[in-house]
Amino acid sequence: MSDATVDPRFRRKPPKRPLRLSWADERVRGIVWQLVVVGIVGSIIYWLWSNTVHNLEVRRIATGFGFLGREAGLPIAEHLIPYDPTDTYLRALTVGVLNTLKVAVVGIVLATILGTAIGIARLSKNFLVAKIAAFYVEVIRDLPLLLQLLFWYTIMQGLPGPRQALKPLDGVFLSNRGFRLPALVWEGAHTAAVLACLAGIVATWLYARSARAKQMADGQPRRVWPAAIALIIGLPLLVWQAMGAPWAIDWPALRGFNFQGGMSMSPEYAALLIGLVTYTAGFIAEVVRAGILSVSQGQWEAAQALGLRHGPVLRLIVLPQALRVIIPPMTSNYLNLTKNSSLAVAIGYQDIVSIANTTLNQTGQAIEGIAIIMLVYLTISLSISLFMNWYNAKIALVER
Amino acid sequence: MSDITASTPTLHGGSPARSAPITAVGPIAWVRANLFSGWLSTAVTLVLGYLIVRAVMGFVDWAFVNAIWSVPVNGNGVAQTQACRELHGTGACWAVVTEKHRFMLFGTYPFEQHWRPALVCLLFVALYIVSSMRSFWNWRLIPIWAGTLTAIGILMWGGVLGLPYVPQERWGGLPITLILATFGLAFAFPLSILVALGRRSNLPAIKALCVLYVELIRGVPLISLLFMASVMFPLFLPEGMNIDKLLRAQIAIILFAGAYLAEVVRAGLQSLPKGQYEAADAMGLSYWQKTGLIILPQALRTVIPPLVNTFIGFFKDTSLVLIIGIFDLLTAGKTAIVEPSWQGFGVEVYVFVGLIYLVFCFAMSKYSQGLEAELNRHRRR
Repeated sequence: MSDATVDPRFRRKPPKRPLRLSWADERVRGIVWQLVVVGIVGSIIYWLWSNTVHNLEVRRIATGFGFLGREAGLPIAEHLIPYDPTDTYLRALTVGVLNTLKVAVVGIVLATILGTAIGIARLSKNFLVAKIAAFYVEVIRDLPLLLQLLFWYTIMQGLPGPRQALKPLDGVFLSNRGFRLPALVWEGAHTAAVLACLAGIVATWLYARSARAKQMADGQPRRVWPAAIALIIGLPLLVWQAMGAPWAIDWPALRGFNFQGGMSMSPEYAALLIGLVTYTAGFIAEVVRAGILSVSQGQWEAAQALGLRHGPVLRLIVLPQALRVIIPPMTSNYLNLTKNSSLAVAIGYQDIVSIANTTLNQTGQAIEGIAIIMLVYLTISLSISLFMNWYNAKIALVER
Repeated sequence: MSDITASTPTLHGGSPARSAPITAVGPIAWVRANLFSGWLSTAVTLVLGYLIVRAVMGFVDWAFVNAIWSVPVNGNGVAQTQACRELHGTGACWAVVTEKHRFMLFGTYPFEQHWRPALVCLLFVALYIVSSMRSFWNWRLIPIWAGTLTAIGILMWGGVLGLPYVPQERWGGLPITLILATFGLAFAFPLSILVALGRRSNLPAIKALCVLYVELIRGVPLISLLFMASVMFPLFLPEGMNIDKLLRAQIAIILFAGAYLAEVVRAGLQSLPKGQYEAADAMGLSYWQKTGLIILPQALRTVIPPLVNTFIGFFKDTSLVLIIGIFDLLTAGKTAIVEPSWQGFGVEVYVFVGLIYLVFCFAMSKYSQGLEAELNRHRRR
């Protein structure tokens, strides 16, 4: 409706009524109620606060974050950055945050892949596939995650020792010391290839943008995929070839009582990752299924009637609509996975909760320790929701 | 001839209608359409079928054929588990469950009084069943809940009616899980309604408080709240005043569940068309009349299925009290295998404990699905 058709009287704000000091005035009631509620909440907080201050004085606990600079003296088995027990608490806590991120990021990626596959399998026309997927989702979602983590950890501990380690594939060892996998010996050429791949992705994006602009101008569709393959796969391969194509693999081997070489995954990390991924995948599967079902059959038929082929129908019509339904619940599943990674403390993986808990037991700084845990998770949660909200706004339906 | 024409009426007096070919209807057609619709589908069916048969046979071998159901116990009460250890994982050692099930279910509650926590569990189940029946969805639920919860308190504590007193430190196992979940629900639900209403309110201070509460709680893991309850809570209270650990964990769970339930209730409030609010205002109803008589009955009805799903999540989350050392069902299971003779039989114990959780959660989940279908019946054409 354009502005000209609106009666100007309706666009005027209602005149401001003077505040009448009477219980009958809605605004007076509102102010009184707010004062009452804020007063009650404020006095409860003040009461708790004064008790805490008094208790800290009585127990002679110094508050403040000064303890962060002291020597931690707590050993940490897994660390992404160099760490030694003689380092400070601050560094120990940083190691913990990185360990949380390590399991959360890998978990989110794997859970998305597994969950999407199971969600699609639940819609399969094959009865067996659909029923197995449904059974998986129902059982996984009805058991507490903590129980599943303890179960996986028990299985990890029940694996044979390094000497009798299971070898499902050549070079892969499963033992009660964790998983050992072959690793690529990292060299300069690999870094260059990764950089070339990133450059290729950026170039492809620019090329696709210009191709779309040209299509908008003359209506002729242009193929993007040959250039995309050349830039994203061909360019890194070429760079890697030019730098001598190094391809050395570090095979794990049994020496003495444990394995040497290769990439290792501790039993704690493996149990936590398997538990989190299989659990969250059950929830993601339901989200994906609901998203696919939300696009009506008519959308497929209408797109086919326009003469589009299967690929473009999926890419241009169905997926954008399904994603709109999928993204918000997917965000909360990602957040849940990150928060659930705090259960690591129960099986001895040293994430931020576990290290902060040890810190507060060693130093007695309970309030600071818990504040650190909460702050870390609030920061991670807010970052994930900000990113997903930005992405959601980008794909959201633009209504008039 | 006459009876044949009666049973197979034909339109124009021609030959009687033939039944459809077996490739179009019946079990054979079903198998063709759902299992062998193409070469890919056939291959998948065959591979999956083989794997399922192998897995089921392996499970039956482990759980039943090779399993050991009981082991001798010597004079000192130490179980002789050599037979189980000689299986080397090829069979389940259910002896750990037969030997320890009373401990896992009821913890360290006095052995001769175990009928009391058992009765408490039955009362809880009865309470759930009654609450799930739609004919009870009215004011009658309040006295039913109050009465049952009082009876449960009397049974657990004792000290009256000739029941010996049992201190709370000795409670454990399934009753603790059910107490944490049910009392948590009973207090978190009213809290969540108030918070959801507060978040939709026009009063800026109240709205800000509710948003802060919900977002803070939802941004941190439950563990950090439980740690707070177990480590920080004693600092919050005046000297000499002490709340026991179970109650502190219960408060943390109520605060946690309240924030999540509030978001579900808020979704219900938002789903109501604006006309309902305006019509109630036009009739001159006060805020609480409008909310209690018009808004909440409609809003809560639409969110019952997601509410039940939140309850399921919340029932499972009570197991996290293991981390602060409260003796719930999972903690009891984990403690049962600490004894040297039973070490290494974790899988059997977790299967047993998992089955109990599965029964409760599966029942709730099926109930929620049925309810959703029933409540959406008016929308279906």
